[in-house]
Amino acid sequence: MNKLIELKGISKSYDGETVLNHIDLDIHDHEFVTLLGPSGCGKTTTLRIIGGFVTPDEGDVIFDGARINDLPPYKRHVNTVFQKYALFPHLNVYENIAFALRLARLPEAEISRRVKEMLELVALSGFERKNVNLLSGGQQQRVAIARALINKPRVLLLDEPLGALDLKLRKDMQNELKKIQTQTGITFIYVTHDQEEALSMSDTVVVMQNGVIQQIGSPTDIYNEPINAFVADFIGESNILEGVMLEDKLVSISGQTFTCLDGGFEKNQPVDVVVRPEDVDVVKPEEGMLRGTVSSVTFKGVHYEIIVDIGGFKWMIQTTDYVAPDAQIGLYIEPDAIHVMNKSEFSGQFGDYSSFSDEMDDISNPDATEEE
Amino acid sequence: MKILSRVYMALIFLFLYAPLIIMVLFSFNEANSLSNFTGFSLKWYEELFQSEEVLDVLYNTLILALLSSLIATVIGTAAAVGIEKMRTRWLKSTVNTISNMPMMNPDIVTGISMALLFAFAMKLFNMESIFGFWTVLIAHVTFNLPYVILSVVPKIRQMDRYLPEAALDLGCTPLQSFFKVELPAILPGVLSGFVMAITLSLDDFVISYFNTDGDFQTLPIYIFGMTKRTVTPDIYSLSTLLFAGVLLMLILSNLLQSHAEKKEQQRANAMRRQARRKTEGGRK
Amino acid sequence: MVIQKEKMNKKRSFLRTAAAYPHMVWSALFIVAPLIFVLYYALTTEDANGNFQFSWSNITALAGENYLPVFFRSICFAIVATAICLLLAYPLAYFLSKCKVSSQRMLIMLVMLPMWMNLLIRTYSWMNILETNGLINNLLTTLGLPNAKLLGNGAAVVLGMVYNFLPYMIMPIYTVMSKIDPRYLEAAADLGCNGRQTMLRVVFPLSVSGIISGITMVFVPSVSTFYISQKMGNGRFEMIGDTIERQFMSNYDYHMGATLSLVLMVLIIICLAVMNRFGEEDGGVLV
Repeated sequence: MNKLIELKGISKSYDGETVLNHIDLDIHDHEFVTLLGPSGCGKTTTLRIIGGFVTPDEGDVIFDGARINDLPPYKRHVNTVFQKYALFPHLNVYENIAFALRLARLPEAEISRRVKEMLELVALSGFERKNVNLLSGGQQQRVAIARALINKPRVLLLDEPLGALDLKLRKDMQNELKKIQTQTGITFIYVTHDQEEALSMSDTVVVMQNGVIQQIGSPTDIYNEPINAFVADFIGESNILEGVMLEDKLVSISGQTFTCLDGGFEKNQPVDVVVRPEDVDVVKPEEGMLRGTVSSVTFKGVHYEIIVDIGGFKWMIQTTDYVAPDAQIGLYIEPDAIHVMNKSEFSGQFGDYSSFSDEMDDISNPDATEEE
Repeated sequence: MKILSRVYMALIFLFLYAPLIIMVLFSFNEANSLSNFTGFSLKWYEELFQSEEVLDVLYNTLILALLSSLIATVIGTAAAVGIEKMRTRWLKSTVNTISNMPMMNPDIVTGISMALLFAFAMKLFNMESIFGFWTVLIAHVTFNLPYVILSVVPKIRQMDRYLPEAALDLGCTPLQSFFKVELPAILPGVLSGFVMAITLSLDDFVISYFNTDGDFQTLPIYIFGMTKRTVTPDIYSLSTLLFAGVLLMLILSNLLQSHAEKKEQQRANAMRRQARRKTEGGRK
Repeated sequence: MVIQKEKMNKKRSFLRTAAAYPHMVWSALFIVAPLIFVLYYALTTEDANGNFQFSWSNITALAGENYLPVFFRSICFAIVATAICLLLAYPLAYFLSKCKVSSQRMLIMLVMLPMWMNLLIRTYSWMNILETNGLINNLLTTLGLPNAKLLGNGAAVVLGMVYNFLPYMIMPIYTVMSKIDPRYLEAAADLGCNGRQTMLRVVFPLSVSGIISGITMVFVPSVSTFYISQKMGNGRFEMIGDTIERQFMSNYDYHMGATLSLVLMVLIIICLAVMNRFGEEDGGVLV
């Protein structure tokens, strides 16, 4: 796969506030790349730089080998599915999709053929004459995708395209988007703050925070081998503990020594250790490597989510077996469940689950959708 | 493009302001001329304030503006509350259409239609003359009403619709709930409607013109009379004063509005900050 | 309990609607009734004893040479003034909407401000600028150029209208334009529009509703004005408004005056209806 887009040393700041800080990113042909991060991390700005709506202060945007920093959006082989779609309210479905072709003054017959093709691709045949303002969110979404794809762009940029949809529809559209990407072979650059979406759809995930790329990798890499405490915390649930690397494959956490698979650290180097909640086995107290008291149990359908107090540190553990609150339990952790990371600027920011509750998630959601 | 747009805007603004500048400038002219500026002087203003007739007219205009705006604000605010509550759709739209008529109709039609009504009443009751302060007052209230309603209705719609219910729940009678809870919430709209009404009333010529007799004059009518005779610069000084008055009202209403907006903004910011603090504290 | 609550709710909403009653009475007395009187006066004449008699004579008189040219002239002048306003206002509104948000508010205030100067004075001030011994001619004389007759012609009347009603055109167009979501412009650029094409294919269609309301807001006062034409045209261009004023203030023929007002109303209702239809067609689905 050859490099289609290269971002080299891109920086951008607004009113003295740095939004992007020397970003380097390569995007390959036919790839599904997701820019993932919390609101304000710089992901949308990155996308808009590729689209041509924002000019970077520093650095180069290279498209197919040519520098395109100063190329206006209408001359780029890139199209965008906008946040909340930006469908033209004065045009119907057909005319919205045909917009780019009309600009190119293609013959009517070809326009009609290609619009029809697009409508089939997004499963909206028969909606040609509908008023776009009266469509449901999901339908508007499809029109927006069709409109952006009709010009056969090399790259499709998607800015939180599913943000306005409800959960069920999101899941359906995720599958559909992935299908469309495979069918058309177009490079997708997808911006989201939803880690689940990122993991399930992408070939490559780019995790961003504070205007800096934290980690680039496949979804499994990102999940299994997070590079620092921020990535570990942002992607999935994780218990992040302070530890000391005693020697290769031997790490000390909470006063206990564990065998792990990581190496290459210095002797007695302080590290961050990640243990995913689903990788911990609940055993009888006397069989456990760690012992603690269950402080809360929440039924989640597939599993129970329990918070266990071990020497003052609250672990989150997901288990399919019921455990009573206040029970004494033991924890057993396999060596491959332990992931050791270097200390970073984020170390210590993500503590244990002592004040965690679902309500907090709810409050954070509306904030998270209004991006930058 | 940028330069072009700047130049264009400057030209249009020059066009819009040329007559105003001329007016203000010549109101300070020393000579009795509206085309040759000979020197700065306040004599036309002095003359203005020595003329009993002018002071009389000024008094008329202010009383009329205040009283008509006050009446229009009371009736209009109550009307806005009532109209918003109407459930019968045809009734609501009929009331709305009718109250907007003075806004849609040309002033001359509104003025004349009312003059006809008064003329007919005069004939009916065999009165000598009905035209004067009261007819002009009624006319002003009438054309002020739609503007008051228009500025109050959005505030009612913005108001949390559970607010009155909360008040009732806590023991307010409906009337108390209106004065203690709803009125403060829609007050910015009521005030800006009131100020708007004052400015319209101060400025109106056409409608007053058809609904008054020779005895009751407002400033615009007086000015109209002046432009029929040979004009001296005192007309400009009078207009400058009138303009200054309207300007003051506008600035006041703008201040009121931006003050209300700022408060709203602060509240929203505070809420957002609170929400953020909660999320950030979520996993410490 | 539930029934009681229902009753209370009913009572409450009754009380609420009752708040609108004074206004409804006022509107009936001073908006509806006067309009009925316009119709009544238009369809009657007064005999020697001061009694009203039903008659079509006012209406038929409209078709005569006294009034027909006046209508025609008023409409022509209003159309020309409206068209010039649109041409001047559209670019201005666009430029305004592109200004920094912080300065927009100020600039809009500046557009509106002259409106608060009394119309009579604004017009009179123009007379001062244009008249034979006025400012422009004084300037011409100083420069050694021949004087020009700037007042008392059709152009002066149109200028007066354009000047007085231009802000009415700027405001609605600006309001609509400033509300156009910038994402639409980005989407247009994204799909291949250059600046001119974005203007033509996105900005213009989205601002049609503002243009429509601007046109009605300028046309209505232009067609019904009476002061501007008298002063700027030196009384040479009688318009509907002038005729109505004359009927009321010097001829004391209220019946003919009412008939003319009725015509003006009908004219304006037709204009509004046409504009609304036009607006609907454009605001809806363009095929």
